[in-house]
Amino acid sequence: MVRLTTEARELSDYRRREESVSFSEETVVEGDRELLTLNIGPHHPATHGVLRLVVTMDGEIIRDVNPVIGYLHTGIEKTAEVKSYWKAIPVIERMDYLAYYFNGMGYCGAVEKLLGIEVPRRAQYLRVIHLELNRIMSHLVWLGTSMLDLGAISVWWYCFREREQLLDLFEMSSGQRMHTRYVQVGGVGEDIPPGWEEKVREFLAIMPERCEVYSDLLSKNEIFLQRMRGVCPMEAEVLRTLGVTGPLLRAAGDPWDLRKAMPYSSYDEFEFKIPIGTQGDNYDRYAVRLAEIKESVKIVEQALDGLPEGPYITEDRKVALPPRHELATSMEALIHHFKLVTEGMRVPEGEVYNAIEGPRGEYGVFIRSDGSSKPARVHMRDPSFINLQATPMLVEGSLLADMIATLAVMDPIIGGVDR
Amino acid sequence: MEVTRQKLESDVEREKFRVKQLRARDMLRGDLEGQELEDYVHERVLTSTLEKAFDWARGNSMFPLTFGLACCAIEMMSIPASRLDIARFGFEAFRASPRQADLLILSGRISIKMAPVIRRIYDQMLEPKYVIAMGACSSSMGVFNNYAIVPADKFMPVDVHVPGCPPRPEALMHGIIELRSMVHEDPTLGWRARYSAYGTEEVIPKPAADATGVNVFGAGGTEDEIA
Repeated sequence: MVRLTTEARELSDYRRREESVSFSEETVVEGDRELLTLNIGPHHPATHGVLRLVVTMDGEIIRDVNPVIGYLHTGIEKTAEVKSYWKAIPVIERMDYLAYYFNGMGYCGAVEKLLGIEVPRRAQYLRVIHLELNRIMSHLVWLGTSMLDLGAISVWWYCFREREQLLDLFEMSSGQRMHTRYVQVGGVGEDIPPGWEEKVREFLAIMPERCEVYSDLLSKNEIFLQRMRGVCPMEAEVLRTLGVTGPLLRAAGDPWDLRKAMPYSSYDEFEFKIPIGTQGDNYDRYAVRLAEIKESVKIVEQALDGLPEGPYITEDRKVALPPRHELATSMEALIHHFKLVTEGMRVPEGEVYNAIEGPRGEYGVFIRSDGSSKPARVHMRDPSFINLQATPMLVEGSLLADMIATLAVMDPIIGGVDR
Repeated sequence: MEVTRQKLESDVEREKFRVKQLRARDMLRGDLEGQELEDYVHERVLTSTLEKAFDWARGNSMFPLTFGLACCAIEMMSIPASRLDIARFGFEAFRASPRQADLLILSGRISIKMAPVIRRIYDQMLEPKYVIAMGACSSSMGVFNNYAIVPADKFMPVDVHVPGCPPRPEALMHGIIELRSMVHEDPTLGWRARYSAYGTEEVIPKPAADATGVNVFGAGGTEDEIA
């Protein structure tokens, strides 16, 4: 008979703890009540990927949740060590696969800090535009899929309609729908094509009213309100202790947003508000994200209006590839091109941590450099992973169906959790 | 208008076909006459075997499994969405249980830890069953190509590979259409027949005689051993 209680959790060896999770034919008894151990996942449509949850239940009430992770372990941190600095970008982008611009931005920002180079202002603005569009896209996918878990399928169709529009924009500016590798060390991969700005403005014009459509579909729906209002609330202090960031923390009333707290990529030049919740329940988590979409629209509008002229990537030839036309005429450019493509850039020794505000919270990248052209260590502080550890505290004592809703609203991306 | 794909090789077959047409003509006698009736019969009567009819139905109403692994899963989700609308081809009914699904789309990277789970899901599906390896990772480990990833071909048969990282939804649509034409044209059911791979059925280990509980995942210890 195996019980999944505190003794099992205290074991330091992860492997043994995981193997201790099993299904006994005998019942687990706590006091005079029989507890049921239920396995959810790794293949389950409501776990948003390949997360596995081992749930101990007392009837319909959840007593304990043990998330078992690692089913999507990809070895991204290790793979980044064997690639030169800028060739690691595509691998790192595939980590949190709904926030690929953020992955690239966090990593490139860290490398730029080590190199000590200045990013041109046009590149900073282009980054902001793409980051905020990506944030809208991520929130749309979150809204669609998590409402699907609650049984509201109609909103999913609308969210994916707008998502396709956004992916068209990404494809136009970079050539790829997902994993665009647009953010480059020292700037962005290429300038925006002609006509892109108008397309973005078309999208920005319709997006706020589309938000109202989602809001009408959900916020006036009695079933939705009953499933969300007052479900699994949590105070901001507890969330801060657990390291939870992003919309989950803001829904609890703490206006912690790195775009305001530690501005990067000229975020201090834009006017926007940080939506916060009051109750810290699932409804606030939903409302905060919906309000964030509208704020992102405002930021993109301001960035498009004030988009400065100038280079889209740094002029430092040790970091950025020379323009194609220079290769035919300049020997120096050819040498720089050759060195960058074969060996990559050399980065001074040191350690750096760069954090940005992703759609799910603080997305940080730690890099240790030993002076060579490959990073000695890359570590990502992914918000999905950190936020996931709040699950047991959030859902303890609630109903099983509320746990599914809470997990959906927490929006963990398993690619970011397992890396 | 092509009414049949059946080639009439011998005189005997031709004669059988003529008899069929004559029977149908007798059935319809009274409404049409003369050349009109001949044309009507020629256009309307579909001669086919029952298997072909089954394959036609099967290829046009496949139930994929609701199973997402990584990035490709997000692109897979756009397939039933409004722009591409896979319902046009009858593939829109995603099933959450492998027992009800016909098609497994491996949408993303498969880690060493996930591979046995996927194999188990695949074994739980009922024949005829088909697999699409979507994206570079599940076909060839993709950009990662490291210790953690395993390509799907190493542990299960794959019918269609869709390249890309991630593939566009259109590419997955193309893969699905290819699979559909494969099902339509190849009447052999099940991958064991197609690959002549009998004897590879999953072996379920016998529980130890003194075990108190049934441990589905093997290798687990009892509480006393852990403590």
